[in-house]
Amino acid sequence: MNTLGVEDRALIALLQEGLPLCPHPYALLAERLGWDEAAVRAAIARLQADGVIRRFGVVVRHHELGYRANAMVVWDVPDAEVDAVGERLARWPGVNLCYRRTRRPPRWPYNLFCMLHGRERAEVEARIAELRRALDLERYPYAVLFSLRRHQQRGARFAGLPPREVAHG
Amino acid sequence: MAELDALERAILNRLQRGLPLLAEPFAAVAEELGCSQEELLVRLQRLLADGVLTRFGPLYNAERLGGGLTLAAMAVPQDELERVAARVNAFPEVAHNYAREHRYNLWFVLATESRQRVGEVIAAIEADTGYPVLDLPKLEEYGLELYLPV
Repeated sequence: MNTLGVEDRALIALLQEGLPLCPHPYALLAERLGWDEAAVRAAIARLQADGVIRRFGVVVRHHELGYRANAMVVWDVPDAEVDAVGERLARWPGVNLCYRRTRRPPRWPYNLFCMLHGRERAEVEARIAELRRALDLERYPYAVLFSLRRHQQRGARFAGLPPREVAHG
Repeated sequence: MAELDALERAILNRLQRGLPLLAEPFAAVAEELGCSQEELLVRLQRLLADGVLTRFGPLYNAERLGGGLTLAAMAVPQDELERVAARVNAFPEVAHNYAREHRYNLWFVLATESRQRVGEVIAAIEADTGYPVLDLPKLEEYGLELYLPV
């Protein structure tokens, strides 16, 4: 893991406002930073490769696109098996944001999390049943938590940078 | 729900997969989609203005920028849910907050300026609402993708 320098931080702060929607967006960023255009693109490529930038593109509001049935699905998978199961689950079509998280027994036994987004609840439930069968997950305890309503979807502030969107944890 | 035409659907599906790191990235995407660059940029402006897109650009890894990030959950009686959700949202570190169908019915993401601040904010939320908070930090990432075809 490389430490972020002053120059990287300047680019990160500027990009946080979003990429300019113009024919030469990286040239415009370069002008503001006093860099040349190729250096901006090289720095973005490096930040992506290092995992500082997770995704680079559009962030959609799923509710506005008709995704009303959104399920967080959680499993209790033995620690020795969770990496293999998680890798397989993440590759299954329609599975988004697949993570291993800390358990909090006895209140919360589940350690594997993913999201499935759909338009109808019955369709999402059918997809969950299908992937449980196909990926041989039926032996693990699990729970499905459909979202009822969104109380908040906004940016957050950290490290002295302006408000931003974050992934679901 | 937003009304989208065929081109807007194609744009959203394509750009959820990322933007090329070329000097003229929108021209390259427009060519793939069979529209003009100007048309693509106008549609993107409109989708942003309509709130279909929240932003166009990078999604950062908060931990790599020195920040703290966790998923948190609370089990709140139904008749208290609105009140507690509003109290939780008053904390500027709360980025997403959803009610879900489960005994743990209030779920939110905390994004903080530093790692140790996560614990402080959780303690403050517990003190403010009177309910315990489950702190469920990420241990491993298997899939970062969030692709919602339209």
